[in-house]
Amino acid sequence: MDTMRDRFIATTSRQLDEDPRLALVLAEISRDGFAAAERAHPDRVINVGIREQLLIGAGAGLALTGMRPLMHTFASFLVERPFEQVKLDLGHQGVGGVLVSAGASYDWPAGGFTHMSPGDVALLDTLDGWTVHVPGHPDEAEALVRQAVASEGRVYVRLSLQSNSAGRPVTGDGFSTVRRGTGGVVIAVGPMLDNVLAATGDLDVTVLYAATVRPFDTAGLRAAAGAGPSDVVIVEPYLAGTSTAAANDALADLPHRILGLGVGRAELRRYGQLEEHLTAHGLDAHGLRQRITGFLRL
Amino acid sequence: MTNTTSAPVYGYDDLNRLMSLMTGDEKHGPAATSTLDALWVLYDRVLRVTPATAGSPDRDRFLLSKGHGPMAYYAVLAARGFFGEELLPGFGSYDSPLGHHPDRLLVPGAEIGSGSLGHGLPLAVGSVLGLRAQGLTGPGVWVLTGDAELDEGSNHEAIAYAGPAGLDQLHTVVIDNGSATYARPGGIAARFEAAGWSALSVDGRDHEALHTAFTMPHPGRPHAVIARVAAAH
Repeated sequence: MDTMRDRFIATTSRQLDEDPRLALVLAEISRDGFAAAERAHPDRVINVGIREQLLIGAGAGLALTGMRPLMHTFASFLVERPFEQVKLDLGHQGVGGVLVSAGASYDWPAGGFTHMSPGDVALLDTLDGWTVHVPGHPDEAEALVRQAVASEGRVYVRLSLQSNSAGRPVTGDGFSTVRRGTGGVVIAVGPMLDNVLAATGDLDVTVLYAATVRPFDTAGLRAAAGAGPSDVVIVEPYLAGTSTAAANDALADLPHRILGLGVGRAELRRYGQLEEHLTAHGLDAHGLRQRITGFLRL
Repeated sequence: MTNTTSAPVYGYDDLNRLMSLMTGDEKHGPAATSTLDALWVLYDRVLRVTPATAGSPDRDRFLLSKGHGPMAYYAVLAARGFFGEELLPGFGSYDSPLGHHPDRLLVPGAEIGSGSLGHGLPLAVGSVLGLRAQGLTGPGVWVLTGDAELDEGSNHEAIAYAGPAGLDQLHTVVIDNGSATYARPGGIAARFEAAGWSALSVDGRDHEALHTAFTMPHPGRPHAVIARVAAAH
């Protein structure tokens, strides 16, 4: 199966053919994949070299002239390294743009901590007006990238090598209901769904699926929680607790408890494989089951 | 390069009075006016942008990257009719659109908001790329930075890219008042030239010299004008 990044490259290459407003800005990463697009659209496929401040600044400058910029590199170099450019050149200047990252929290664990970005969504959460998509499958990535380019705002699309076995329909920004139950609500974000379903298959819980986490689907969670009291578990493929405050705000008028599961803050200083890091952070089916059943007292 | 078409509301001799409306001072020292002459020559004789064309796709763009000490900039924009002088006395107050750093969403005629140093050049690079992608090869994009602002590494990402990329619609005016603690060995112009730019150093108070430098042909290369003014200290 192709990866989300493969699908992004194919999708965006087609969109460059279709939409003269779209400009792709690269900082060497994925340049090979976009070689044909760069030949076809030399003015709109722009590689600035290994210069991530310029990657965002130039993208924002393109937006100032009316273009729709899509900026792409690994998450750590797209959001964390040039964070002030993201904050000022896009947000403060009041222009839109699409950030599409690869690498996620530990897509390449053998590469070590420099190429891990568990904090990207939490960082963007300090800014106003960002839509954040976390697709769980290449099909979803394709739909969400298309949607992001066609919109006008500031959108982050977080691609990962981790993927669910099947894609789910991308209908709107809201959470979708995968299963209904009475013992609590578990929200699975993007590629965490398969492990959440494996961990909760025999449990009487509602499972919601979120491929879009910002804006946070307050109404969707509120509806799933019912009249309360409510217990909610959020399983995210990035920093644990990133969406706990948003869920808490959604349930402010109900007695509730929230458990935020995700990548731990402590640096593991381990290489290895993605599956080993999922296990280390308690995000494999076994680890999730233990913590979910413990919290929900099931 | 043609001149702007509409007459200014005020002339160069009014700028000190307009600045006084903001500062409360009758006279202004070198620091407050370091950008004044370059700004005036640009808006009076070089930039093809007026209040009437401020939203036009084919206007020239001026990006004030050195956002601190913007009184001279506001005075020039008021003199050119982008907004009325009645806004000037409120400078920095809660209800005023005119802050101690400009905000493009508040100041008529301001192409970017600035204050944090080193953002203008990358934004200008992208603006040139955006104009070029839309077939707009006529408009110039101008950035004003300070010499100490060039300490910021983001500028060097932009300088090092723009030269080899041949962005000849891009212009940088460096106001050099010797405020960088570690001045560039070989001078500022040499730094730009090494990256493939056309570059020229001139007296930043000499209007004819500035105009000549601003309008010098630089085919295939971005252009930097280093405007030397009296030292800030």
